[in-house]
Amino acid sequence: MNFQFQDLSEMLLMGGHGVYVWAAVLVSLGTLVWLVVSPILQHKQTLKKIGLNLTREELRNQNGNKDI
Amino acid sequence: MNWTWFYRMGSPLWFYQSTSRWLPLLSLVTLALLVAGLAWGLGFAPEDAKQGNSFRIIYLHVPASFLALAGYFLMATAGAIGLIWKMKLSYIVMKCAAPIGAALTFLALFTGAVWGKPTWGSYWVWDARITSMLILLFLYFGVLALQYAFHSKEAGNKASAVLALVGTVNIPIIYKSVDWWFTLHQPSTIKLTSAPSMHSDMFQPLLVMILAFYFFYALALILAVRVEILKRESKTTWVRELVEQAGRQKMGAKR
Amino acid sequence: MPESNRGFSAYVKRDLLLAYRRRGEVASPIIFFVMVATLIPLGITPEADSLKELAPGIIWVMALLATLLSAEGLFVSDYKDGSLEQLLISPNLLVMPIFGKVTAHWITTGLPLTLASPLIGLMLSLPSVAYLPMMAGLALGTGCLSFLAAIGAALTVSLQKGSLLLTLIVMPLYMPIIIFGSAVMQYSIDGMAWSGPLAILGAMLTAAIALCPLAIAAVLRLITIN
Repeated sequence: MNFQFQDLSEMLLMGGHGVYVWAAVLVSLGTLVWLVVSPILQHKQTLKKIGLNLTREELRNQNGNKDI
Repeated sequence: MNWTWFYRMGSPLWFYQSTSRWLPLLSLVTLALLVAGLAWGLGFAPEDAKQGNSFRIIYLHVPASFLALAGYFLMATAGAIGLIWKMKLSYIVMKCAAPIGAALTFLALFTGAVWGKPTWGSYWVWDARITSMLILLFLYFGVLALQYAFHSKEAGNKASAVLALVGTVNIPIIYKSVDWWFTLHQPSTIKLTSAPSMHSDMFQPLLVMILAFYFFYALALILAVRVEILKRESKTTWVRELVEQAGRQKMGAKR
Repeated sequence: MPESNRGFSAYVKRDLLLAYRRRGEVASPIIFFVMVATLIPLGITPEADSLKELAPGIIWVMALLATLLSAEGLFVSDYKDGSLEQLLISPNLLVMPIFGKVTAHWITTGLPLTLASPLIGLMLSLPSVAYLPMMAGLALGTGCLSFLAAIGAALTVSLQKGSLLLTLIVMPLYMPIIIFGSAVMQYSIDGMAWSGPLAILGAMLTAAIALCPLAIAAVLRLITIN
């Protein structure tokens, strides 16, 4: 098994098909990254939101359920 | 036979806790496989005699197509389990599998189109596989749209589950019909998409990429299900404790 | 006897009567079918040779759209006035009334389409050899279309803007039927034996009759008993 291209610039060109191959690679990686990053961000957001709701509840309980 | 393991799997808490343990390892393995497979396919696999270097797109197109189809079956199975055993977690898995599967189907279509241009001259060719992929995308859209159309989560889950099952029954019929339709209109059967006979030097990185995508799907699905679990179980004690712990960690880190 | 077919003919009669009372509404898909067939030559070309090539596909797409248009209201009025719930809690089998309703829907949609199709064929310069295959294919195919549309109608029965969603859901399921339906016509035009694709359509219809009412019954139970 050996490296198929002479150097990096040749790999970018891909014998003239570079645009297509790399477009496919970029879109694919972008999609994959988004499919993983999006839930991670949502995870953090959800934790924060639940935390806020909890503090709101605690404050409400302290004030004897009066409107804040 | 003792079925408690099955019912334990239906507990969102159990799922959340066990995935918390395995997530780092899973992420690592997925990343390693993806990087290795992609590097191998893009840089080290031999060039195709007829198609030149554009065939390397296969290392993205085929895994995406596999997972798009497998993902649909997983979604339908999760729906079926939810319907039969009324397992909340199963419905959550079904709901989260839908957008992931749709994204992968879109990816399969996009990479297929981009592959088509240098190879056969146009971005879109009505060949059997691509057309079937397009119909699969529509099936996904249907399930997604139905889920969000209902006010009551219960009804939405049940309806989507049934639709996913109806779609599953239809997928073989659709694939066979489209295949037949295509050969009807293309008597000179040009096998446009990947022939099964591939040199092993080109085939091995493909296997790695398919495996990588399977791991990736599992990772993306688990991450999404965890978020959904948090949202739905927000009122329970274990989630509250989790949030407090996360808050304390952040405070500790700030100091 | 009405008793022995467990509600099938009772529901066919009931739905036909209801359809007759709103016959203007029920006739619109057919009128749509005919009008759009007029639009096609205006939009593409009046040339007989080109129309001839496109005719099978156009006729089938039109039939499909007309069926979808009329399918939305299949269960909605029953759902709204409560008779659907009555049906669900009754001790009788649910599949036969559903089968009856879908059959009535076909009688008011698919059957008129099939009968009106020679007119469309004429307007689209369909070769005369294709007329009988067209009607045979439409008769069987629209039956399938009605059953599949009914599944969509059941899934969206409780939704406000259910119609577009129904179309979205049911479209992928329609693709095999379109493929084989227009193949029946295409085969006859090309001089091949068109009984093959027709038999496949027949098989699809049989499967639809056997399976769809079960799916529809399950969906209606799940959605209304919430």
